[in-house]
Amino acid sequence: MMRRALVAAIVVGAALRVTFAAQGVPVTPTIVSPKTATRPAGANGFLQRWLILEPIAVSGQLADSAVRATVSHQYFADQFTAVPKDGDAVTVDGQPLRWHAVDTTNYNVNLFHFAAGLKKPTSNVLFWAVTLVRVPHDIVDARLAIGSNAASVWWLNGREAVSLFNDRQTVIDDGVSKRVTLKKGVNVVRAAIVNAGGATDFCARLLDANARPITGITIDLASTP
Amino acid sequence: MRTTLAAAAAALLLVASVWALDGDIGMHDPSTIVRDGSRYYVYATGAGLPVSVSDDGWTWKRAGSVMASMPGGMPGSAVVARGGNNTWAPDVMKVGDKYFLYYSAPGTQPRSAIGLLVGKTLDPLSPDYGWTDAGPVVWSDGVEDSNAIDPGIFHDPTNGSLWLTYGSYFGYIRLVELDPQSGLRRDPHRTPINVAINAEASIVIFREGWYYLLLTHGSCCAGTNSTYSIRMGRARKVGGPYLDRSGVDMLQGGGSLFLGSSGRSVGPGHFGLLDLGDGVQKFSCHFEADLDRGGTSVLDIRPLLWRDGWPVAGDNVAAGTYRLESVRTGTALELAVEGVPVGGPRAGGRRGGGPGRGGASSGRGDATPPSPIAAQDAAQMAANWPAGPLDARLAPYLLQAQQKWSLTPVANAGGYPGSPYFRISVAGTDRSLAATGDGEIAVTPTFTGAPEQLWRIDQLADGSYRLMPKAVPGRSASMALSAIGGSSPTLEPFDAGTDRHRWLLRMP
Repeated sequence: MMRRALVAAIVVGAALRVTFAAQGVPVTPTIVSPKTATRPAGANGFLQRWLILEPIAVSGQLADSAVRATVSHQYFADQFTAVPKDGDAVTVDGQPLRWHAVDTTNYNVNLFHFAAGLKKPTSNVLFWAVTLVRVPHDIVDARLAIGSNAASVWWLNGREAVSLFNDRQTVIDDGVSKRVTLKKGVNVVRAAIVNAGGATDFCARLLDANARPITGITIDLASTP
Repeated sequence: MRTTLAAAAAALLLVASVWALDGDIGMHDPSTIVRDGSRYYVYATGAGLPVSVSDDGWTWKRAGSVMASMPGGMPGSAVVARGGNNTWAPDVMKVGDKYFLYYSAPGTQPRSAIGLLVGKTLDPLSPDYGWTDAGPVVWSDGVEDSNAIDPGIFHDPTNGSLWLTYGSYFGYIRLVELDPQSGLRRDPHRTPINVAINAEASIVIFREGWYYLLLTHGSCCAGTNSTYSIRMGRARKVGGPYLDRSGVDMLQGGGSLFLGSSGRSVGPGHFGLLDLGDGVQKFSCHFEADLDRGGTSVLDIRPLLWRDGWPVAGDNVAAGTYRLESVRTGTALELAVEGVPVGGPRAGGRRGGGPGRGGASSGRGDATPPSPIAAQDAAQMAANWPAGPLDARLAPYLLQAQQKWSLTPVANAGGYPGSPYFRISVAGTDRSLAATGDGEIAVTPTFTGAPEQLWRIDQLADGSYRLMPKAVPGRSASMALSAIGGSSPTLEPFDAGTDRHRWLLRMP
């Protein structure tokens, strides 16, 4: 399975190299630059606009303790609290890495497309992703529901909410947080996704007290938490 | 109970040790179990129609007799005149705001009668308690092809009509329609409908367009030599014809086996439906002989399942070690610790061969068969697990120690219809599954017997299970274990319509 994924990755990567856009995020099959100031959650509640940092090279070990060690390592200042803007840069191991605002055309965010489009590595990497969700009123007993390829750790408003370990494929609502309250205004969702090899992506949405997707919320990357 | 608990504690059992109820459950020919208020009631054969009551459906105690409230402590004179003054095999149902209690009053069989008592409550302590004699409903004259005992009541959900089946071996099982207002026959001059033969203890239930006739074949009252078994047929109309699974009419002796003798229990009879709502159905019966109680006749309650349009007798959960698999996700509940592959981490490199890879050969180029890999258990792994409370989560089942759960009945902690509460612990450890105050679940380092650590495990109609803590701290409503995510369990109010709340108990 992994071997097939790698073959597919090579083919897609070749295609991506000839479709770069002149500005902003490279044109990829699923990742595009936002064209609007805000974006509502999709019909099924998926959060489809994110700020994603260019990948950081890591060991790619995916067991619980290895992922914990990878994610807890300090790569750049305020990595657990920073709310970046499109184009911001950080320096990791002496290398500048940029944050990119992206929209996904699918329910999931294809990190392989993202990284390959930037001619960045896709294996043995760590991705940081942040999004800002504007909620019209307090929502109690909500849950953050995510899927990721591969392991990932997620924070909601600064508190760890979900973690998934080991090599895995993205499954909708794979990791679901305990009950949380979404506060009226802007809520910050932050993720660290560790990939070993092959495809890598994630999906995320918020669920209500009856485990139904929350819609009627808006992603506003320009807002201030 | 003590005996079975001792047996359960003796080992991490993989055998199905199923036990009967707790308390004073010795009885014969029990009625349908009825809940009135917060209590369950059941009536049985015996002097004055003995009453048994339970607060939880698990532990039962005697509560006097029905006839103690009647003049002379016996059936009314009109009933005795048609039959006799014995009091056997009752059935009871609430219809509207009244309870109808039908009972057998045989004389010298097949001369017999079925009498009716009407009451407002089943609670003997209520000021409204008391039974009114409504006289005989049906009877047999001692010559005809009928023996008017063993009443079974059926309230048709499709039209509200009320029916009574009755009979015992001398000829036919008969069906008559009742007046839901009075409980007496709707048309006393109408000839009863014969629906089965050579049986007794009949009753009709309904599900999804089918009427099911459950009755008892074989002989009672011979202890471990009793050949009683519960049989079934079904029909599209309440009046039949009732055909068994092979298409044999029950009027010609048909009747597919629903429940026979097994385990430590001999001779089941007298089926009664106990619908607990939320898609949870159970049935009551008595066994002629419980080997764990010296071969006496006892009440039992078991899950009622449905398969291919037919009722199936389930088994109450047996103590043992299981994997708890979500019907929704196919993933298994585990203690949230870093798993270690069975046999140890594999060496990197090529596919095939090597420990844990299940290769076809040893990889050494010789004919030596691969060595077996020992099973993984907590004794090998638990020392590396963090102390203190931990999360529970779901993961692909990989035969690892943190994924195997020991289900153990807890003594003196009460129960629910059919079973005691269970402790659910990581096999070989004291780490126990518990509800938390925020409506989630965790694994506590020790078992204290607190209500949030006691689990009710009901088998559902499709054979899967519902797992509910006895209490969730700070919440009054009951909640069930839910696979809300592929890797994430929680507690939610039970919804029979979602697979999130259905679990399979599989061998580890």
